[in-house]
Amino acid sequence: MTQQIAVFTNVGERTNVTGSAMFKRLIMEEDYETALNVAREQVENGAQVIDINMDEAMLDSKAAMVKFLNLIASEPDISKVPIMVDSSKWEVIEAGLKCIQGKAIVNSISLKEGEEPFKHQAKIIKRFGAAAVVMAFDTEGQADTADRKYEICERSYRILVDEIGFAPEDIIFDPNIFAVATGIEEHDNYAVEFIEGTRRIKQNLPYCKVSGGVSNVSFSFRGNNPVREAIHSVFLYHAIKAGMDMGIVNAGQLAVYDDIPEELRKAVEDVILNTDPGAGERLVELAPKYSGMAQAERVEDLEWRTWSVEKRLEHALVKGITTFIDEDTEECRAGADKPIHVIEGPLMDGMNVVGDLFGAGKMFLPQVVKSARVMKRAVAYLDPFIEAEKEEGATNGKIVMATVKGDVHDIGKNIVGVVLQCNNYEVIDLGVMVPADKILQTAIDEKADIIGLSGLITPSLDEMVHVAKEMKRRGFELPLMIGGATTSKAHTAVKIEPQYNKGVVYVNNASRAVGVVSNLLSKEHKAEFLAKTTAEYDKVREQQARKKPRSKPVTIQRARDNAAKLDWDNYTPPVPKKLGVTEFKNVSISTLRKYIDWTPYFMTWSIAGKYPRILTDEVVGEQAQSLFKDANDMLDELEKSGSLQPLGVIGLFPANRVGDDIEIYTDETRKELLTTSCHLRQQTEKTDFANYCLADYIAPKGTPDYFGAFAVTGGLEEDDLANAFDAKQDDYNKIMVKAVADRLAEAFAEYLHEQVRKEYWGYAPDENLPNDELIRENYQGIRPAPGYPACPEHTEKKKIWQLLDTEKRIGMQLTSSYAMWPGAAVSGWYFSHPQAKYYAVAAIQKDQVEDYAKRTNMTLAEAERWLSPNLGYEPE
Amino acid sequence: MPNNSQNNKHEQLSAALKQRILILDGAMGTMIQAHKFEEQDYRGERFKDWHVLIKGNNDLLSLTKPEIITEIHRSFLAAGADIIETNTFNSTTISMEDYDMASISREVNLESAKLARAVCDEFSAKTPEKPRYVAGVLGPTSKTCSLSPDVNDPGYRNITFDKLVTAYVESTLALMEGGVDIILIETIFDTLNAKAASFAVEEAFEQAGRTLPVMISGTITDASGRTLSGQTTEAFYNSIRHIKPLSIGLNCALGPDLLRQYVEELSRVCETFVSVHPNAGLPNEFGEYDLEADDMAKEIIDWGKSGFINIVGGCCGTTPAHIRAFAKGLEGTAPRKLPELEVRMRLSGLEACNLN
Repeated sequence: MTQQIAVFTNVGERTNVTGSAMFKRLIMEEDYETALNVAREQVENGAQVIDINMDEAMLDSKAAMVKFLNLIASEPDISKVPIMVDSSKWEVIEAGLKCIQGKAIVNSISLKEGEEPFKHQAKIIKRFGAAAVVMAFDTEGQADTADRKYEICERSYRILVDEIGFAPEDIIFDPNIFAVATGIEEHDNYAVEFIEGTRRIKQNLPYCKVSGGVSNVSFSFRGNNPVREAIHSVFLYHAIKAGMDMGIVNAGQLAVYDDIPEELRKAVEDVILNTDPGAGERLVELAPKYSGMAQAERVEDLEWRTWSVEKRLEHALVKGITTFIDEDTEECRAGADKPIHVIEGPLMDGMNVVGDLFGAGKMFLPQVVKSARVMKRAVAYLDPFIEAEKEEGATNGKIVMATVKGDVHDIGKNIVGVVLQCNNYEVIDLGVMVPADKILQTAIDEKADIIGLSGLITPSLDEMVHVAKEMKRRGFELPLMIGGATTSKAHTAVKIEPQYNKGVVYVNNASRAVGVVSNLLSKEHKAEFLAKTTAEYDKVREQQARKKPRSKPVTIQRARDNAAKLDWDNYTPPVPKKLGVTEFKNVSISTLRKYIDWTPYFMTWSIAGKYPRILTDEVVGEQAQSLFKDANDMLDELEKSGSLQPLGVIGLFPANRVGDDIEIYTDETRKELLTTSCHLRQQTEKTDFANYCLADYIAPKGTPDYFGAFAVTGGLEEDDLANAFDAKQDDYNKIMVKAVADRLAEAFAEYLHEQVRKEYWGYAPDENLPNDELIRENYQGIRPAPGYPACPEHTEKKKIWQLLDTEKRIGMQLTSSYAMWPGAAVSGWYFSHPQAKYYAVAAIQKDQVEDYAKRTNMTLAEAERWLSPNLGYEPE
Repeated sequence: MPNNSQNNKHEQLSAALKQRILILDGAMGTMIQAHKFEEQDYRGERFKDWHVLIKGNNDLLSLTKPEIITEIHRSFLAAGADIIETNTFNSTTISMEDYDMASISREVNLESAKLARAVCDEFSAKTPEKPRYVAGVLGPTSKTCSLSPDVNDPGYRNITFDKLVTAYVESTLALMEGGVDIILIETIFDTLNAKAASFAVEEAFEQAGRTLPVMISGTITDASGRTLSGQTTEAFYNSIRHIKPLSIGLNCALGPDLLRQYVEELSRVCETFVSVHPNAGLPNEFGEYDLEADDMAKEIIDWGKSGFINIVGGCCGTTPAHIRAFAKGLEGTAPRKLPELEVRMRLSGLEACNLN
């Protein structure tokens, strides 16, 4: 994929031993793994090129450069961007170029030692196909005036382009950025000279670029970061205008130009532009006033580090601290007979403490997940030692888990997986959208003890039935666990268990999973447990069979006769201000977070209570606060790094009701159909109410009415972010990022709906509701989502996709079961009528299903399959 | 490459490429396989006592069965190929080392070039209006310069850039001495190997005091759309465009159906001529390629009509029948026009990064 980069190219500077004390320490200590993380973070934080410098007297710079570049080549997250090989030693640059398959940049060459070495180096660089940074430097020294800067650059350019045949677009001039406001008068004009030199270079030397090390300019203000940041921003503001293309700059060290206080900006501007001799002095005087944002460093209480190693491990597990886990695990391993004993001994003891605290309600799920992260890290540390001894790690049992085909939701499954791992079960997690065959084959290959299935959307229920049937057909003996938001004991008992007689158990939440699994794997208790479960399900089935509908079904004709009758004669449907499709690709996380409904977030973590009250709850308040803080920290991080981009699309169209359908037209002539949105009607006997159908909220032909659709996602990057945490054995953040993305998607839906009411449809321009009122839906109009009670049939989503061209515009996709990908997604319809309200379609009868099948071009069997949760009768 | 306006071959080829789509030959290996040679066939008289097994060293056949290699070249030329490839895919010292034959690398390159030259001249004489060209092949070697063969030690390399350069310089000089018209660096799965090859080719040109047109052809290894070393098509292009080759293209690994989208992308981003020589589909369960000539030609002809290509031929599994079908089907089809690209700094890592 091509990155088309606008205006200014940001070169990451942190993988530079001369510029970063931390990176230098990592390289000196040969901690290359952490050093790679520094590079990776830079790329994640938006560096478009990374500069690598190993110039350190105490280091074999050439060897370090080669080693680091070879390691980077194996890290696609890093090596996707071009590399700038930075050294003052030619041999280091040459060695570096021999390790880079991409087109790199050399930093730097110059006329410092005359023309001959310059030409020689340029020729070799050209043969490697690299671009080059050329310093404004000759045998007389570094250029400090605009004239000298331009002169040297022009001379270099002519040699490179005319004599060597170097491509002019591969030349980057660095005309030297020097510190200003040093107190020495000759330095006062340095920034002006750079800016002026840059202007002339860009005007006269075609296709070349200009770069520089930006932090130099503020060197006099070391220790006062707010002022330095302001100086960098103001300097760049002017230098970029003069033509500067790229810079070595720490993106975190840049203030937003417009955010700099007026007084400070003026003082800095005077210094950069050298307006008068007193400018430097004024800034020096003003600077202390803006230095005060330094953060007090938090001193951690490390008293526990003096305890015995077993106690330290327990403490780390209970508190979820990974900082020392490798060294503590190593200490324990060194003293143990076998590495496996460390797991079976102190680590499991620690996890038992966690388990007990969790069981007693003194620890909460998020904390347990953090504990699991510590455990996983320790086990990962021990793995190579255990492998070396060729010994089977003794686990309590092996469970294959998967979200079934067609479904992408896995937060709950991940939590169950972690809880089981904490209890020393080996979990093989196949991820999402896993076909039956793969689940079953993995179970065979891995000699699993249990299979666990999860799913959130209703079509997943059918897929689970399918898996159960397959297990029977293929002669499986393993028990099957069922979980996930739409599953239920009733569904499991009525639909799944009759398909497979070797044990099917519904697990209603994560905390029950361990109990169920340990029973299923216990020689003594398994038979008894299954017998009990079967008996229980028999009873559920009986109850279901006996269960009479609470109200009597009516024919679809009678239901239609009792439709909601809206008074169209005395009501004019509002005309949207903007018809057609609108994309929303630049709505920031900071905008959306104000719209978040936090209550469901806490439910994800099995903590019940309404936000914001939950934060001060006596029992769970502390935990809720910590969860709330972690979520907000993650939002801050996502917002800063831009690594999650919420995307949305809406459309408003002319539409009219025809029967229980809504016809959607291309334009106001209402002649050409875009598509028809089909709806279902409540079909039980109503005395005081109408038999509702969403179509009733749209005017029949003759009255111009309108209808809308939307689709939003928290961000397509959701899975990648979660996988990145997974790779770091960080289940807590893996679950967190999905939970947060989920909230953002819902918030986005809320935000867009408000935009629609106030602007795009514009029927409530003066609405001004606080978030809690929005959450309570105290506004005009509704946005029901296919798959939910008012329009329970999932395949209608494809019409939303068609209307909005959703996949092409914002990349969201529909699976074979009409689940949305990414998982953090919402889509639905907009109705504007003031009387429109949410309701549940509930049970429907065969006459309506037959009619619906015809309207949607499905066979009766297909329609029955998609509507199975709503069928008020047994299909044949 | 040194600026050389006297470079006749380069001009001749450029002129021809602006007129029509040139046809490259098909798979040498496939044709050799059909002969079902045994160990003694490979050895011949000269290597009858060689101390290691050498069956499978196809390039050696240029010395021990030269008449067969000539016959294969002839069959492709008769089928309509404009350019034939020397039998030197594995002739570098590095690849020959597998048979302990590094010492004859130069000889194999030289003799292979001569064989191709002779038969090419024979055809050029017969049809002077359709001059034929020899492309001296530099293969990728079996080593990778930017990947570690040891998963537990990602920083390790089993070959260095310098060793590759030395080997490629030797091969290039021998190929030039044998009379090739073009140097073809092909089946590039690791761009760093290709950079070493192009670095070496320039070095060899400098030593020989003359230059030849260079063709470069990379390999997209699977449906990920990337080379084995992880680069996208455009990133690969940015990595090697500095040598200003005659053409840049793609070959091997995939059949034409799967390759199509990458050919289209290359055709869009590349300011040189574009070459493609795909496999005859993906190998079946016996490792054979079974996409028939006519079926393959359909796709190839469609590329021609879509204006994607300037040079086309076949890789694994393609026979003279395939080449004949391409040549016939593309007769009269206009070649791809060279796009004029904006001047930009075109950097790359695994992905392209084009600065404004």
